[in-house]
Amino acid sequence: MLRVIAERLRQGYRTGQFPRVEPKLPARFRGLPELTPECPPGCAECANRCPFGACELREGAPALDLGRCLFCADCPACPQGLIHFTPDYRLAARKRELLWRQPGKELDLAWPLAPELRRLFGRSLKLRQVSAGGCNACEADCNVLGTLVFDLGRFGIQFVASPRHADGLLVTGPVSANMRQALLATYEATPAPKLVIAVGACAIGGGPFRGSPEVTSGLDSLLPVDLFLPGCPPHPYTILDGLLRLLGRRKTG
Amino acid sequence: MRSKQSVRIANGAKTPVAQIPRLDYDTFADAVLAEFDSGSRVAAYFAAQAAEGGLELYAVMARERNANFALFRTPLGERFQSLTPNCPQLHLFEREIAEQFGVTPEGHPWLKPVRFHASWRTGHDAWGREPGTHPRPGDMEFYQVEGDGIHEVAVGPVHAGVIEPGHFRFQCHGEQVLHLEISLGYQHRGLERLLAGGPHPASNRQMETIAGDTTVAHMTAYSKVLEGLAGQPAPPRAQAIRALGLELERLANHVGDIGALSGDVGFLPTAAFCGRLRGDYLNLTALLCGSRFGRGLVRPGGVGFDLDGGLDGQLLATLDGVQRNTLGACRLFFATPSVLGRLEGVGRVSRSTAEDLGLVGLAARACGVPRDGRFFFPTGVYKESFDEMITDELGDVFARARVRHREIEVSLNLIQRLLNVLPTGETASKIGPLSPDSLALSLVEGWRGEVAHVAITGGDGHFRRYKIVDPSFHNWSGLAMALRGTQISDFPLCNKSFNLSYCGFDL
Repeated sequence: MLRVIAERLRQGYRTGQFPRVEPKLPARFRGLPELTPECPPGCAECANRCPFGACELREGAPALDLGRCLFCADCPACPQGLIHFTPDYRLAARKRELLWRQPGKELDLAWPLAPELRRLFGRSLKLRQVSAGGCNACEADCNVLGTLVFDLGRFGIQFVASPRHADGLLVTGPVSANMRQALLATYEATPAPKLVIAVGACAIGGGPFRGSPEVTSGLDSLLPVDLFLPGCPPHPYTILDGLLRLLGRRKTG
Repeated sequence: MRSKQSVRIANGAKTPVAQIPRLDYDTFADAVLAEFDSGSRVAAYFAAQAAEGGLELYAVMARERNANFALFRTPLGERFQSLTPNCPQLHLFEREIAEQFGVTPEGHPWLKPVRFHASWRTGHDAWGREPGTHPRPGDMEFYQVEGDGIHEVAVGPVHAGVIEPGHFRFQCHGEQVLHLEISLGYQHRGLERLLAGGPHPASNRQMETIAGDTTVAHMTAYSKVLEGLAGQPAPPRAQAIRALGLELERLANHVGDIGALSGDVGFLPTAAFCGRLRGDYLNLTALLCGSRFGRGLVRPGGVGFDLDGGLDGQLLATLDGVQRNTLGACRLFFATPSVLGRLEGVGRVSRSTAEDLGLVGLAARACGVPRDGRFFFPTGVYKESFDEMITDELGDVFARARVRHREIEVSLNLIQRLLNVLPTGETASKIGPLSPDSLALSLVEGWRGEVAHVAITGGDGHFRRYKIVDPSFHNWSGLAMALRGTQISDFPLCNKSFNLSYCGFDL
């Protein structure tokens, strides 16, 4: 017992101050991409160069789909190097089409649930996590929210073992053909009203496996999605920020 | 004198496919079994479309004592004699070949699907299933025990925690597990088929997401295959930075696993400390390359990020504090009698079972089976800087925990040495065209065990076949064996002590 106490004192108090204090992310962290609209006339290279189909021209300017973007360090999309990643980890959106990043336009970050749902879930949100064909990195960064650094429990959010106990599903992975039925059954087993949260590029749009006949190219083609959290995988703060926004516990913007 | 039956190559090397003798199946079978008898084991065993048409079977045998690999090949018909009855470690490999190509290994004692996908050769299905439909996962006959008081427990695919999907079927008598059968495939994304005709622009990111917690190991294995095919190794500085990434990956996972084991036995202090410390190692990786999982760190030809601008000093300084806390958390764990009492003797795998099943990595080392690619097949900085392979004896949960603990110490020490004598020079070189009609292989010791990649190129230098063997493919059978005779309530603890990858297995 004394050894435990001594070790506890040495390890110190480590729970983070988020959301009161902004997290310090490493200098090389790749968050919200920024597009500089200085394309040479007639250039439409980006539409063909991203292997994951995250770029296209919209209204004559490049646009980037955060839902498909894997935040590659060696992003090949723009031959002019006009895409760069900022350290902004806030990427949550309520609608699939709001994940399009266009130059000069602010990202429309996730807004809170309707008052009725906020009343139900605002102080206690139980989620059933369904891992459906990914690489287990998104799962790892959801798990990490349970550690004392993030301490998800202090926000009243908890992962639960049974869909019957859950207020919603948090889905990761590109929904492999072999997980589709289990995912839909888990959704059915969750009592209404229920939320669906898509975490990571795979769940949002197939991610690196997009195009494989074994995966689905977007959870929103199977279930109504209430919150999209981009990234490969999303940083734990991206996930936490998104969950808190959904519950109306983050200032918008 | 017998004619030459195999080609031997080193880790990271290539050979023209034409140099691998095409044996008839009986000669192949005898040669492969003789290789097993002389102490070799299977690193990869797979079928491919032959350049000449038809199918071919390749065996890649790891020869620890000779620090090289023996390659065998034979043409493959619609049916072939299974070698599994003589060599149990081939059982999953032969099932995989049957599932992928719709051929039948005759006399296979356990011929069931592996990942539940349709055959790659439409119209040929080893189980005669309807063409044009997707097989249902778990649709197979499970082994059943019958008798008074026997009951069956089915778990998954959706599990209670935030974990990957898989199906476990226990045959129990009361609390005692008589047999566990594990049926996976739920994470199957069709990776090997996506890689055919590659390398493609998307291949890098697909390699990094074979198993997300093994990003650096898989990406290094892939890069080394390409470098082998191009005949151009990565520069020394890049190799050192890769090793740094690989050891950080090992630390994050080993520390996380000690924490998870601690949580499973209800010892919360170490569970809490290690949960946080695992994140510290992930954050060190992010310091290096911006991603906690090492995405973008390793690239074919070298690495994507250098340790410039005083980053090496920053890493060393951060590591210093993290190291003290890690060792403290581990010391407390292993000094607590109630913890040890819960770990010792649970989920034991004997040395002979481990050898028969061909277990690899820390699960093998915990049984006293020496398997460590860094030691036996070293490349890059491991040639000079690694001589501390850790083994244990009893093959129980305690042994698997203790191997992790001691490997944490070795990796911490290795990282410090690497950072202090980092080679200077380039961090990447441009990779030339890939050699046509060649086979290249690479084996990287990831934190679970060996990650083996084999590429066979066609006449155009593109992949005719790309084979990935995650250590979990060898080791899931070990978990099934560990459960025999234990209490079903020990399953979470045993499972955590292996901590195998579902997606790495499912591909």
